Amino acid sequence: MEDLLSLAIKAIFVENLALAFFLGMCTFLALSKKIETAIGLGIAVAVVQAITVPVNNLILNYLLKENALLQGVDLTFLGLISYIGVIAAMVQILEMVLDKYLPSLYNALGVFLPLITVNCAILGGSLFMVERDYSFAESAVYGISSGLGWALAIVALAGVREKLKYSDVPKGLQGLGITFITVGLMSMGFMAFSGIQL
Amino acid sequence: MTSEKKKTGLLRKVLDDAEPHFTRGGKLERLYVLYEMVDTLFYSPPNTTVGAPHIRDALDLKRVMGYVWMATFPVMFMACFNTGYQANVAMASLGLETIDGLRGWFLNPFGYDPGSFFANFLHGLTYFLPIYMTTFIVGGIAEAAFALVRGHEINEGFFVTSILYTLTLPPDTPLWMVGLGILFGIIVGKEVFGGTGKNFLNPALVGRAFLYFAYPAAMSGNAVWTAVDGYTGATALGMAAEGGVDLIVKSQITWFDSFLGMVPGSLGETSTLAIFIGGAILLFTKIASWRIVAGVMIGMVATSILFNLIGSDSNPMFSMPWYWHMVTGGFAFGMIFMATDPVSASMTNLGRWYYGALIGFMTVLIRVVNPAFPEGIMLAILFSNIFAPLIDHFVVQANVKRRLKREAAFSSFDEKGGE
Repeated sequence: MEDLLSLAIKAIFVENLALAFFLGMCTFLALSKKIETAIGLGIAVAVVQAITVPVNNLILNYLLKENALLQGVDLTFLGLISYIGVIAAMVQILEMVLDKYLPSLYNALGVFLPLITVNCAILGGSLFMVERDYSFAESAVYGISSGLGWALAIVALAGVREKLKYSDVPKGLQGLGITFITVGLMSMGFMAFSGIQL
Repeated sequence: MTSEKKKTGLLRKVLDDAEPHFTRGGKLERLYVLYEMVDTLFYSPPNTTVGAPHIRDALDLKRVMGYVWMATFPVMFMACFNTGYQANVAMASLGLETIDGLRGWFLNPFGYDPGSFFANFLHGLTYFLPIYMTTFIVGGIAEAAFALVRGHEINEGFFVTSILYTLTLPPDTPLWMVGLGILFGIIVGKEVFGGTGKNFLNPALVGRAFLYFAYPAAMSGNAVWTAVDGYTGATALGMAAEGGVDLIVKSQITWFDSFLGMVPGSLGETSTLAIFIGGAILLFTKIASWRIVAGVMIGMVATSILFNLIGSDSNPMFSMPWYWHMVTGGFAFGMIFMATDPVSASMTNLGRWYYGALIGFMTVLIRVVNPAFPEGIMLAILFSNIFAPLIDHFVVQANVKRRLKREAAFSSFDEKGGE
């Protein structure tokens, strides 16, 4: 139990997908102008992450691993394509649900919702799960907390960017340029956690 | 300027005579920001607000920054004295009588007696002044260059940034590093966002953190805190990380020493007493928000008590009581001078409590559970700066919701009353 708790804290703060690994940058930068949208996207990514990582863990352990399906068959080379398939299916379902029940959020997220499919934070989560050899329980915790960490980062960035609306940025840096600098400085703040051994 | 005002002294006259050269059409038009800086440093700006609302208050941004700068005087004083004292004690223990080079040429006539106040102060001054001047000149050039090109005013905020930055550095920092850090802090931490008041992180801390991560060997460890070559002495926090409070006391540092500031450490962070004197000025003049200071204090005390209760066999930091947390490291300096920076802190009153508590919590958390960093307040403040706008946002939203609810309750009451 304590292991899982420290894994969760590690995934949220120490190894934050956005601010320590800089994964999922395109949606991270594009949809962080308003806090409300950022919260929506953050939750969407967290939900997708929380479901796909454990599902991919099951697929890996019961279908793809050597000797899992048939004696002497190793299907791990199909890993990437099956993880992406699971993610795409998940995002499709999420899109339909949002369209039906939260149309305003659906419209605000626009093209970036289907693009969660190719969000590298999501695939990265699954690949980290494979690389670190998580058990099913660990991958479930890791999925939820790494998604939450990403959501926390994008909401914080949106807060900072709403404040920066009143700043006077030099012309050449306006837009994405200053956002990159902002993200870099935020990542420096998150360095507070680097080195924590749990 | 009206003719009556010209009676008010020589300096005003010099400034007024110079003014035509700098205003539109003058020979030095491009340098107007420099003239404006000198003028408004000594005199209140003559311009008044054109449209409503007309705010009548003598406390403008320049005076605020001036007050903060003055509030650091006790800290500066202790920084000079203690740096010299630590260096002289170290020299005595190593048996050194003289120093080579330019500093020795200046100091040797006065001697290095750790018992003499004057010798201590002078020795410390030869470390404090070069660092401060480097900060001021390098940072000032960057600031002025941006002001000239972008056409905004040179702001007294820089006075504050430069002195706060200086006071957070270890006395042994090489001067080129000092310059590099303040350049990063001023340009990336502040000017790319448009100058004073438009940044979201504390620029002094950005520069300090940049040095911390770029040159960890020069900014932490045991060899950097005392300004004598070849002498190593850990800070109280460094000792606590190894052996807890017991080890600090064993090395003959009492709580009161640490409170007065007679311990090794960064220039301005050692003397909690001097910092509190400066803090009293800031709180009394309402320049620093007492809510933030109280929040930091509460967060720190609560978190350290929590860690005391949890306890740990392998990590002595768990058992460090809150009053030791308060006097060691940069906690007091960060709480009074860095956390209360009105630009990068939360703006709402309720938000300030949360913001402060987050800093206190993070400081103790980093100190106790993160073995990579013995000190936590710098990163805790940067971390909380990131979340300050978000805290404000939620406080405001909660307020809006509450008022809507009240409004709804009132209107339904009215309807019933009308029946």
